[in-house]
Amino acid sequence: MEKLFVLIGATLLIGFILWWFFGKRQSSETEAVMSENNEQKVEVTVSGGYTPNTVVLKQGVPANIVFDRKDPSGCFSHVTFPDFGINEELPVGEQHAIEIDTSKAGEYQYSCGMNMFHGKVIIK
Amino acid sequence: MNVKNRFIFSLIVSLPMLLEMILRPLFGFELPGHAWTMFLLTTAVMAIAAWPFIRTAWAAFKNHNANMDTLIAIGTSTAYLYSIYAMLVHQPVFFEVASFVITFILLGQLFEELMKGRASSAIEKLLGLQAKDAEVLRDGKLFRVPLAEVVVGDILRVKPGQKIAVDGVITEGSSTIDEAMVTGESMPVTKKTGDAVIGSTINKSGTFMFRATKIGNDTLLAQIVDMVKRAQVSRAPIQKTVDKISNIFVPAVLIIAILTFVVWFVLLGADAATAMLFAVAVVIIACPCALGLATPTALMVGTGRGAKLGILIKSGEVLEAANDIQTVVFDKTGTITLGKPVVTDIIGDEKTVLALAAALEHSSEHPLAAAILEKAAALGIKVAEAKNFKAVEGKGVMATVAKKSAFIGNAKMLGTTKLDAKLEHEMERLQREAKTVVIVGESNKALGLIAIQDAPKTTSAVAITALKKRGLRTVMITGDNERVAQAIAEIVGIDEVIADVLPSDKADHVKSLQQHGKVAFVGDGINDAPALAVADLGIAMGSGTDIAIESGGIVLVKNNLQDVVQALALSQKTFGRIKLNLFWAFIYNILGIPIAAGVFVGLGLTLSPELAGLAMAFSSISVVISSLLLNKTRLTPRRTA
Repeated sequence: MEKLFVLIGATLLIGFILWWFFGKRQSSETEAVMSENNEQKVEVTVSGGYTPNTVVLKQGVPANIVFDRKDPSGCFSHVTFPDFGINEELPVGEQHAIEIDTSKAGEYQYSCGMNMFHGKVIIK
Repeated sequence: MNVKNRFIFSLIVSLPMLLEMILRPLFGFELPGHAWTMFLLTTAVMAIAAWPFIRTAWAAFKNHNANMDTLIAIGTSTAYLYSIYAMLVHQPVFFEVASFVITFILLGQLFEELMKGRASSAIEKLLGLQAKDAEVLRDGKLFRVPLAEVVVGDILRVKPGQKIAVDGVITEGSSTIDEAMVTGESMPVTKKTGDAVIGSTINKSGTFMFRATKIGNDTLLAQIVDMVKRAQVSRAPIQKTVDKISNIFVPAVLIIAILTFVVWFVLLGADAATAMLFAVAVVIIACPCALGLATPTALMVGTGRGAKLGILIKSGEVLEAANDIQTVVFDKTGTITLGKPVVTDIIGDEKTVLALAAALEHSSEHPLAAAILEKAAALGIKVAEAKNFKAVEGKGVMATVAKKSAFIGNAKMLGTTKLDAKLEHEMERLQREAKTVVIVGESNKALGLIAIQDAPKTTSAVAITALKKRGLRTVMITGDNERVAQAIAEIVGIDEVIADVLPSDKADHVKSLQQHGKVAFVGDGINDAPALAVADLGIAMGSGTDIAIESGGIVLVKNNLQDVVQALALSQKTFGRIKLNLFWAFIYNILGIPIAAGVFVGLGLTLSPELAGLAMAFSSISVVISSLLLNKTRLTPRRTA
């Protein structure tokens, strides 16, 4: 009887893991806000991932992504944009602005230093 | 609390439990209030040292993400929560498992931080080389100003022992300059008026003035730093496969752990505690970090080491391309050869012939004239005055030197008179060596010959030999005629020559060579840009401060062909290290997980969760150490210079 419960529990748990981590779902997408001096700015909270996960920027307008790192995990100590050659340290509990070159439209992936957590920048 | 303090805290709190673990089998020692004491100690570890893991794991979970912290948090919390339950129903407890695992993992992270700091410090050191201030001439007076206030066009003074603030051209004075920090060239270089100097290099012997030509982000050093930074965050294509695996890694491990528990508890009839310990060991031993660190750390160390040698590797993609190159194609002029003609032989009385030639060519702008004047200057020959210049179309120059009619030019200059047998013989020999030969004479009589050639660099032959030793086919491509090209190829030992090629056709020749395998093209980047771009690997050789950043996948700061050998060796070593790291990271997980799950219990091979924690911590450290060792590997053959 006890074994049957364990078996059912384990199956449910595995099912849950598959659904939770691999199920299709929409990622949060946020457009940058234009400020008065013709610049755009968007805030990304760093805590167990990057929220919002996808940031949309307008092409040709100087842009800053402000990372607010709340998560002390070593995983998030750096943020890396391979396409822009950016690899910057994010101090915990501080707002850290990173300038993005918006001259070329496209989708650019970024990630934490170890490439475990991902975010996306869309320039259009 | 930082990693270091968390480690110290959890170590101190875990010590009494460690003491008990060692002493109990020997003397039957138990901590006062056994289970309850352990509960309190472990609760402290979980609440303070392990809390950040749990926090991140939870935050990640909410975002449908999972990482390292997820595994640590689930593994230790399972052991902790199970022990609380066991304590309440008076079963054996396993609090120490959670405490020890946390301690070991924090120890590992501490080491890892130190190592990673060392792996990435190379590039920061380069920036630290910049001068802080400079002596600038303003309104006829010298002022000491901060580096940021120097503008293009400023005249700056540099004294011996001082750092040169920015890139520029010497306007007055001469000196020897140590450029090792930027170009990797170990010998100091002599510079005089008109020569370019590089910012952040050190002036050794003389005081000189120079005009600033590039400042701030335009200086060579700033460009190098920017390039290396980009290379270090770039991703090798091999990484894409790894990414796919790391994306499913953590959930997959969790599922394996659940299955482990089920198999032990349900199928093999083990008690819940044993099954739980196996499952926890699986979660703890799995290490996605080693996978994640394998590529970036090796890339960082490899490109950093390259930068110190004056070899700039632009990206991980380039590294991977350099790995299976089969043919190396060289541009001739400026790459294999010096790129400017020099006097190689003088037949006849050296001084007389050269003095006469120099007098005749003194005001000429012909490239051959420059070679003769330079040779005369090098030998300290005084140039006599020449009058009544007369250029003879297609033949040479005539003038009056020391009241005698003198001439320099080709055989037609002699008119009907013939060269004597000895000179005739020498002339033929030199021409066979693909040298340009001019006759120098007085009053219709030839006094001697001067041979001029765009000679190969002294390093070229050694470099070509080294490349052939690596099993590479070497090809030279040139716009020169077949005979000249062959002669040069023979001197340096090139396998194959493609001569009479128009600059615009170089890229097409590279393309046809690509049908037989991957091709690297080495050129100076000025008129070779299309060929550099077409080749699987473009290696641009810089000369001085104008490095062709855009055109090559690898940029060599020094104008030395041996760096091609070093660059290929370094790329291959680095890429080899990436593969080794990845192999190790995979093998570690592939072997470690079944052992932890208790697959080999029959053979007496098991891993407690504590040992799994230790193994996990050191698997990622070993990857970082392996990358750091790239700094020590030999890039044979060593330079002979």
